[in-house]
Order: sequence, then structure tokens, then C-alpha cells
Amino acid sequence: MTLRVDQAELEIAGRLILDGVDCTVPTGQVGGLLGPNGSGKSTLLRLVAGIQPAGATRRPGTTRVRLHGTDLGAARRRDRAKLVALVEQDTPADVSLTVRDAVALGRTPHRSQWAGESDRDRSVVARALQSVDIAGLSDRSLDTLSGGERQRVHLARALAQEPELLLLDEPTNHLDIHAQLAALALVAALADAGTTALVALHDLNLAAAYCDHVVLLEKGRVVAAGPVDEVLVPSVIDPVYRVRTTVLRHPATGRPVLTFQPADSLVRGGSDRPAPDASGLQDAGLTELAPPLR
Amino acid sequence: MTTAAVRHRRTARPGAPVAGEQLPATLAPGLRTVTLIVLALLALATSIVVAVTLGPADIAPMDVWHSVANRLGLGTGRPAPLRDAIIWELRLPRVLTAAAVGAGLAVAGAVMQSLTRNPLADPYLLGLSSGASLGAVAVLVLGIEVLLPVAAFAGALLALAATLGLAGSLGTITPTRTVLAGLAVAQLGAAATSFVIFWSSTGDSYREILSWLMGTLGGTTWTSVLVAGSAVLVIGIALASAGRVLDAFAFGDTAAAALGVHVVAVRWFLLTGVALLTGALVAVSGSIGFIGLVLPHATRLMVGARHRLLLPLSAVIGAGFLVWADVAARTLFAPRELPVGILTALLGAPIFAWLLRRQRRTA
Repeated sequence: MTLRVDQAELEIAGRLILDGVDCTVPTGQVGGLLGPNGSGKSTLLRLVAGIQPAGATRRPGTTRVRLHGTDLGAARRRDRAKLVALVEQDTPADVSLTVRDAVALGRTPHRSQWAGESDRDRSVVARALQSVDIAGLSDRSLDTLSGGERQRVHLARALAQEPELLLLDEPTNHLDIHAQLAALALVAALADAGTTALVALHDLNLAAAYCDHVVLLEKGRVVAAGPVDEVLVPSVIDPVYRVRTTVLRHPATGRPVLTFQPADSLVRGGSDRPAPDASGLQDAGLTELAPPLR
Repeated sequence: MTTAAVRHRRTARPGAPVAGEQLPATLAPGLRTVTLIVLALLALATSIVVAVTLGPADIAPMDVWHSVANRLGLGTGRPAPLRDAIIWELRLPRVLTAAAVGAGLAVAGAVMQSLTRNPLADPYLLGLSSGASLGAVAVLVLGIEVLLPVAAFAGALLALAATLGLAGSLGTITPTRTVLAGLAVAQLGAAATSFVIFWSSTGDSYREILSWLMGTLGGTTWTSVLVAGSAVLVIGIALASAGRVLDAFAFGDTAAAALGVHVVAVRWFLLTGVALLTGALVAVSGSIGFIGLVLPHATRLMVGARHRLLLPLSAVIGAGFLVWADVAARTLFAPRELPVGILTALLGAPIFAWLLRRQRRTA
């Protein structure tokens, strides 16, 4: 289902954290939410999930969050939790639940207060465990898992909610490179199967590799939004992150690959050394897109 | 050699069911929960009967049965009047109060620990025990003309109001703010209590207040049973029924909210429930420590963190634990009696240490 956020606004203690953010992710696509620290990525994800940070005030009548026509802002909590699942950035690791029980928490919005676990609950949980490839860990306690395994558990918990929309806040945080790629490949596969995803990412290269569409935030405002090739270009990135970006092409996937230098070129021999030689890059099989650095 | 190796490989093939080892897993989780709770309840019932027979006067289990059956109108013969009085007027109310207080403290502690995500949380976290102590001191030392339980309960509620008021004045009530506000109120109440005791307490009142502060079940009556029992039945069951919701707090407030839980409403409901329950228990028995802190952990180490099993089982284990701790308190140094709060720590700390070590070995 298509996610449409219109004019998201959120104020905490008189400061606008989100200032008229529009964001659209079409059905079955992976949307990337980019931006420097404090740009409002996490806040926007929570807002879509219907969670307001402590002390926040939402201006009435502005923010609209719709998922294929359903107004998420007006939906009942449980109904919303059946449509939207959120995987947070830092979840406590010292929880002595088994992997299976932790994933089964995802069934919370689908179960009544008193009812036991139904056959359907069990099969959904089993499928969620399988789809993130941790069925073998079912009986392990959560506090004995590695960071990558735990991330999969949280993803499986989100899947057990059977959501139409998956919200992920920095799902690659603290993961090694293999686990990072695996996590995002999984999200991409889920999107191909029809679950729309909105993913907040710090790593622009991961966004370039896995997202269909990205939204770049700065200080609560949208700086740019659109396909990866249009947003991840030096003229957009450089002022926001205060860097000098060079965009290359990945020889195998054709996706953009970004490299960065500090904007103030006094650091690490910027002015002493000549700029990288584009011909050398081409020899290595990489084609430079951006104009050469001055 | 070769045949042995082949046989070994055959038996160790992955996926082949191993008899015995898989039995618990084949029991449906719901059935296992019910079985465990029923077994624990049976053990508790036995404990209560045996606990009533223990003490200076010689009483047999059948006497207990006859006395109770007689009162309930099931004439199965009656014990001698003196024994009947000892059973019905002294021991049974005391043992039942112990069971109710133990159950209530354990449930309240388990809820507080999960709700604040703080392993050091206990039912007294919100400053309740220090408020109740202040109320009790006002009666015992300053001689204010109110019933002690009433004063203690009022003190507990005042402390709760102060804690939540302070936490709320800082903004939204978060776990950390609740813990810190409770700490401030508890310290203030404790200081005030100490001051009053130090300034005006003498001889008997000093001894009386000290025993109350450490927690004691001496002098319990059927009124105590009624207060503690109804609090546990009404509030305890309401709290235990929130088990599914508490599970959703395992990964914090935001995760719970993302699962469709109304975090603010649930927090208020549970905090108020814990406060009323603890207030009623403290009013009856003083602040008995350790049970609310350690028994939920011990139960968690045995059966895991799922609240649908954890809450009822903590209650039953807490009840049994306090029944036996109180038996020890009144028999170990008979005819002198220890405040049971001393014994709960004395018995509980080693048990907990043992469980911790066992957990480390298996994990």
C-alpha cells in the first residue's frame, strides 16, 4: 500500500522538529529517509507509527498520514498496529525472552487480552522466523544473541504484525558489513513481496544500493525527494552534509557509489595533493559522474 | 569400531526426536502454564495447613481441617475448644495474612520491574513504604488517635501522590522520572520518620515502631486477612490480567506503543494498582522487604519473562515464601518473635544467590 505523509509537523518545547514534511512511498517500494543527525528521521518514523515523543505537540489539522486511503492519524491504536510495524534503532538487549516469544509479541495487536495463542498466531510467527532465517534460534534467549541476530529477531517481530508498511530506524546500526547488506537485502525482498518499507539510514551508499526512492531531510524540512539518481548528487548532498561528494557507478550493479571528502579541504592533504585522477578511476572500472574536484 | 561409528551417526541424526527431552515442548504452552500454576497452588495450600500446625501448641493437620470445616458448617467433628481457638483466632488469620501479603508483594514487584524496566524496582519504589512508615510513626510515637493501618494506608497514598506529582511536574511520566521521583519521596519520608523516632520515641514505642518498620505479622486478625486478601484478590487479579500488555513493554515504551498499546493509560492503571495494593499490604504488615524485589527475579529465572505465567506464579511462590518465613520468625527463637522482614532477607538472599549462579552456568 502506498504511504503518503502530507505536511508532517511536530513541535517540542517551541522548536519545530518536523516542519511541513511531505513523503511518499509507493506500494512495494523501499523508501530511504536520509539526513544528518537531528534532521528528524526518527521523529518522522515514529509519527507515521502514531507515536509522539514526550512533550511533543502536533499542530492540529496539518499533519496527515495516509496508507492507501486509511488515515493512520485517526485510526485506532490496534488497527494502526495491524498495518504499520516499527523496528527501532536501539532496543534493549538484556531481555530474557526466547527468540520465539519475542517474535510472538508482534501478534499483540491481533490478539485479545485474554485469548491464548491461536494456530494462526503460531503459523505466522513460524513464518516470520523462517523469512529472516532464524528459525534455528527459536529457543535461544535473546540476551545470548549477536547484534545481527537480534536485529533479525526485531525484524521478525515486525513481520509477525503482518504489516502493510514496515518502518525501520537505522536497521544497520552496530552491524558488521555482511549483516548490514543482509538486513537491507531482506527489506528489499519483503518490499518485492508487497510490503512497503520506509527506512531511515545514515549510510548514503546503502541507501543508493537498496532504496528505490529517497527523501533527504535537514532540520525538519525536506531538502530533496525522488529517485536515488536525482537526490544522491553532489549539488544536493554537499551543502546538507557539509562535504564534497564524488559519485561513481558501481561496475556490477550500475548503482551510484558515493565517496566523500571534507568540505574544508585543509584536512588530510586536500590542497597539497592533486585531486584524484578520473582516468585512474576509469582504469579501475569505475566511471566518474560528477565534475572533477577542484 | 566401524559399526559403532555408524550406529553413533544414526542415533545422532539431526531432527530425530529424542525421547524425554522433547516432552515439555510437546505440551501446549497454555497447558504448561496452567499445570505449573495448579501445582504451585497445591503446594501453597499444603504449606498453609502445615504452617498452622507449627508452633508452641501441639496441633495436627486434621485439627486444622476440623476447625475450618466446622466454621464452614460441614460438621466433621470438632477439635478441643482451646485448639479450635488457637487455630481459628491466632494461627489461621496469621498464616492467611502472610500468604496474601507475600502474593501481593511479589505481583506488585514483578509489575514494577517490568513497567520501569528496572531490575532494582520493588513495590516500595514509589516511596510507598516510607509514606506508610510516617503514618505508622505518627500513630505509635506521636500518639495520633487513628487506627494504625488507616494511618499507614493514608501515608502510602500521600507518598504516591507526591511521587507522581513530582514525576508529572517534570513532563510526561517516564520510567526513569518515576524511579527518581520515588527515590526523592522515599528519602524525605525516611528522614522525617527517623527524625520523629529520634526526637520523641522511648522504650516500648521504640521497640514497637522498629518491629513495624522491619515488617511483622504479629497481632494479625481476621480484619488483616480481609484487608490484605481482598486487595490481593481484586487488585492482584486486575494486575495479573494485564500480563499480555506488560509483555509488550519488554522492549520499552516506544515498542509497546508500536504494538498498539496505549502506553500512558496502561502505566497509570498499573502504577495506581500497585500503589493501592502495596498500601493495603503495608498497612497490615509494615514494610516487609525483599519479597517484592527478589521473588519476581527468582520466578523469572525459573520460568522466563512471559507475564501470563510470571505474574500468577510469582504470587503463589511469594505467598508460600512468606508463609514459611513467618513460621520461622515465630518458632525459631520461641517464645521470642523476630520481625519477619529480617527473615525474608535472611532466607531470600542465599536462595537468590544460588539461582543467579545456576542461571550463569546454564546461559
